[in-house]
Order: sequence, then structure tokens, then C-alpha cells
Amino acid sequence: MIEMRNIRKIYQLGDEEVRALDGVSLRIEDHEFAAVIGPSGSGKSTMMHILGCLDVADEGEYLLDGRDISDYTDDQLAEVRNRKIGFIFQQFNLLQKLSALENVELPLIYQGVPRVERQKRAHDALELVGLGDRMNHRPNQLSGGQQQRVAIARALATKPELILADEPTGNLDSHSSAEIIGLLHRLHEQGNTIVVITHDNDIAEEAERIIRIRDGRIVSDERKGASA
Amino acid sequence: MMLSQSIRMAFKAIGANKSRSFLTMLGIIIGVLAVSTLISVVQGATGSITSQLQGLGSNMLMVNFRNSGNVEITQSDLQSLVSPSTGISAVSPTVTSQGTVRSAGKSMTATVTGVNKDYFGIRSLTVTTGRSLQAADDLYRTPVAVIGTGVADTLFGQRNVVGSTIVVMGREMTIVGLLKEEGTSQFNTNDNTIFIPYQTAQRLLKNTYLSSFYVASASSDTVALAKTSVEAFLDERVHSSDNYSIFSMNDILSALGSVTSLLSLLLGGIAGISLLVGGIGIMNIMLVSVTERTREIGIRKAIGAKRRSILSQFMIEALVISLVGGLIGLGISWLGVTIIGSLMGISIGITFGVASLSLGFSAGVGLVFGIYPAAKASKLAPIDALRYE
Repeated sequence: MIEMRNIRKIYQLGDEEVRALDGVSLRIEDHEFAAVIGPSGSGKSTMMHILGCLDVADEGEYLLDGRDISDYTDDQLAEVRNRKIGFIFQQFNLLQKLSALENVELPLIYQGVPRVERQKRAHDALELVGLGDRMNHRPNQLSGGQQQRVAIARALATKPELILADEPTGNLDSHSSAEIIGLLHRLHEQGNTIVVITHDNDIAEEAERIIRIRDGRIVSDERKGASA
Repeated sequence: MMLSQSIRMAFKAIGANKSRSFLTMLGIIIGVLAVSTLISVVQGATGSITSQLQGLGSNMLMVNFRNSGNVEITQSDLQSLVSPSTGISAVSPTVTSQGTVRSAGKSMTATVTGVNKDYFGIRSLTVTTGRSLQAADDLYRTPVAVIGTGVADTLFGQRNVVGSTIVVMGREMTIVGLLKEEGTSQFNTNDNTIFIPYQTAQRLLKNTYLSSFYVASASSDTVALAKTSVEAFLDERVHSSDNYSIFSMNDILSALGSVTSLLSLLLGGIAGISLLVGGIGIMNIMLVSVTERTREIGIRKAIGAKRRSILSQFMIEALVISLVGGLIGLGISWLGVTIIGSLMGISIGITFGVASLSLGFSAGVGLVFGIYPAAKASKLAPIDALRYE
């Protein structure tokens, strides 16, 4: 369970004050599949950074697993990202010099998981996303959809509380996009908590809950499950 | 994170940019090569000179009189110096001159030196065939000679000369012994010297004054005591200490030692500067590498790398570059030193001390110059690093 209470994030651009997030409160339960949607400049990237503990809010509380992380140090935040959050980025963000398997192993290396167990878990995660036969390929030997599936395997390998996907299909053709969306649905069915951040309505429609954001504020929050 | 994992990652990163890594290493390679080669060659040359000097007798003192006409010291006076309390085990007076020596048909100019039976022991000279001089030779002024191999070669064209007769400055003498060949590389070689009994020489050279004498201390520990004893002895008999001078092999050795260690320090220091420049090269490349890999750092941080992990990753990379460079440099230096040694005809090798000094120094350079880029990398904020294109 994650909860934001009255989160504010303000940037100073020259003399101008940009309120990227202006008093956002939000609660996402375990096993939810939620989408945060908004046009560019709406503050959704800032939202994703704060949700992902890549950045901290200026004001307000962010509770992850019931614990406020506002005053965590850099290294404590790194630990939280490592153990509790799995990232899926628009740019995939794989290390080009490592094989698919090594990329998936990386977060486990930072956890200090012993080699044998680490390789088994990375292996299993790649099997799960259907890349069992591409483990030793480098990212540049894989298609965009396959790269994104490696990134998903990397996010899954640590068994995180929250999978955070930032425009996961933004760089993919429609066929690969459908594959990735299908994969996210499957992960959701297996009990993972997923938050997708997007500007694309079609993607957002896939989630069971849609949170619309504009000018740093939440303007609507609908649950499809409730109406269906 | 586990160290072996970090080291594997470092090798991977270095291997990804082979030519650049090699050029960076080159600075360290040249530095280590220069440091270890120069120091080793100086050490080797010093060792070779020192052992030659020690071959001349490291327990030896040599006393020269400036104005021998004033000196009235007899052989028995000199022998009174030999005692456990003076630390002196043997004394030999010497009188020396250049003179013409003839055999059947051939002649040459050689050094003719009058000595007593102990002289050969003091100077560590070995008689290979025949016998050395004896006390009786001196006592009875026997016309006998012990000659160097150079004299034998020149006058007889062979070395089987014991029993032959030579004419030394007009006086016939029988050769009783042949000295071991010392070779031309030796300082102050005795190969062209003819040694005859001291009293025989006094008469031959018409010189009854003592011009110099040699003293052997009982052991290397008593050299200083022996020197004091000789000074006390001379102060009683010679009026001014300006009239004589004492050389000890130890003084020469320690003077040589301080000159060569200064030389080592100087050359090593100059070579060390090239290592330092190599280190700056490492820092430069690591800084470029941090900028190039900003996105990688962002990704690593996003998925959970702590500052320490990033810091150690870049430090280990710098360290691996400098240590691998150091090892290559040491290898080339070993090769070079071996070649130089065989060219100079002396045995030089890289000692453990020199090897660990130069490797330690290159590792230190890697660490010191790796810290700043690594710290810079570790402090990047993950969102800034991820946004970097």
C-alpha cells in the first residue's frame, strides 16, 4: 500500500515558480492496477519520480508500506528503490554493454544475492516474459518490444511491492505495445501492484483505475471495477 | 556489493574501450618502466662496484706517509700493532716502484712492490701455483718473486713460470708463485705487479724509509677500533697528523653508498614524476568516462545502486587500469634490465623491494587520481542522470 498526503513539489525556473505537484493526495492499495494520465507539463513525471523515490517532495508525506520516506538519505532511498520498486521506463534504460541476463541480475547484485540464486531468479524472470531463448543477447541485438520485456524482467526479479511504468509503450509499435500491455495484465493477475504513467488514453483505459492529473493537481479518480 | 563482481565489471568497462584504456595505461606503463629500470640498474651497478671493492678487502686500512723521510718506524714496531686489544690481525709494510723487468729476450715495465708474508692475506690475494712469500724470505732477503698473470703472459707467453728466473731492476730473482688472474674490469689490478720480500725491495730500491703500510682488522666489527689504534700508534711516532693519511675500505664503501643512494633517489624521483603525469591521465579519462556514462550511472542508481557502489565501481576501474599498467611496465622493465645487465656484463635483477615500490606507487596513483571522478559519479542525482542524453 502506498499513500501520498498533500505532496508539493516546486521548481524554481529563473524568477518563475513552477508548481509541478500542488497538494496531491493519493492512496494505492496492494494488487491495484492504476494509471496516472495527464498531458505533458501536468506534473505526471514529477509524480512518477516521487512515487519511484527518485526524488523527494518539498512538502507532504509519502508513505511506502506505512513508513514515511520524506527524510530518508540518498542511500536509504536507493535501498527502497532496489527492494520495493521495479521500474519500467519509456527508454527501456538497459545497460548496453551487458547481456539481457546480466541486466536482469543487476538489481540483485546490489541486493547482495549470491551468484547462483541470482542467476536462477534472473533466469526465471526472463522465462516469465518469454525471453528464455534470448538471455545472452545484448540490448542492441533485441527488438524494442524485447528490450522492454527485459526491462520488465529486471523490474520483476526483485519481487517489488510496486511496479512503476513510465510510458512503457511510448517507443514501441502497436504490435509490441499490445504484447507489453498483455504482459502487464498478466503480472497484475499474478498479484503485482502496477502504476502506469502515460499521456495516452488507450493505455490508461487498460487499467482498472484512472487518475487524471492536470497542473499538479488530481482532477479525477475513477475505478472501472466499481462501475462494472 | 561483492568485490569480485566489482572487479569483473571494471574489466568489462575497460575492455569496452580498449584503445583508450591502453593509452591511459601507457602513462603508468612508462612511469613504472622508468622507475623500476633506473633504480634496478643503479642498484645493480652499485652492487657490482661494491662487491669488487669488497674483493679488495673490506677489513683493510691503508696508511700513506706524505713525507716518508721523517718516518722512523721499523718492521717490528709495526708488528707490535697486532694484538687482540687493537683489533688488528695483520700488518704489512710496503715499498713500491715502477721498474724494468726482463726475461730471456723480453722486457716490460711493471710495478715492483716489497711486502711481507701477511700482505697477501690483507689484500685477499690468492696464489694459484707455487707458494706465497714467507717470513724467512724477508729475513734473509731472498731473491724470490710472486708475480701477476699479466707479467707471466708478457714475459713468457704462458703461465707455467714457477721456478723460472727473471731480472727485476737488474737483479736476478726466482719466481716462486703466480697470483690468480683478476681481469681488467677490476680496479687497481695486481695482474702486472711483481711482489718481492720487503727487505729485498728496500735494498733493491735503495729506500729504507717506510712510505706506506697495510693493516687488516680482525673482523669487520673491529675496523673502527683498528683505525683508532693505528692513529694512536702514529700520533706517538709521527709529529703531525698532516703527515699521514688513513684510507679504510669502509669509508670508501660508505661514501660510494651515499652517492649511489642519492643517485637512486634522484633518478627514481624524476621517473616518479612521469608516474604522476600518468596518474593525471587516469583522472582525465575517468572524468570523461563519468560524463559519458552519466546515463548508466542514473540507471544503476534508479535500480538501487548506493553511493558506495558507484564510488567503488569507478575507484576499482581506476585501480585496475593503474595496476595492470604497473604490471605491464614491470614486465617490460624486467626484460630491459636483463638486457642491460647482459650488455654491461653485470648481474642485475628487479628486487622484490623495487617491484613492490613501483606497483605500490602506481596503485597509489590510481587511488589518488581515481577518487575525484568516482566521487563525482557517486554524487549524481538519479533523475538528473536519467534525463541526461
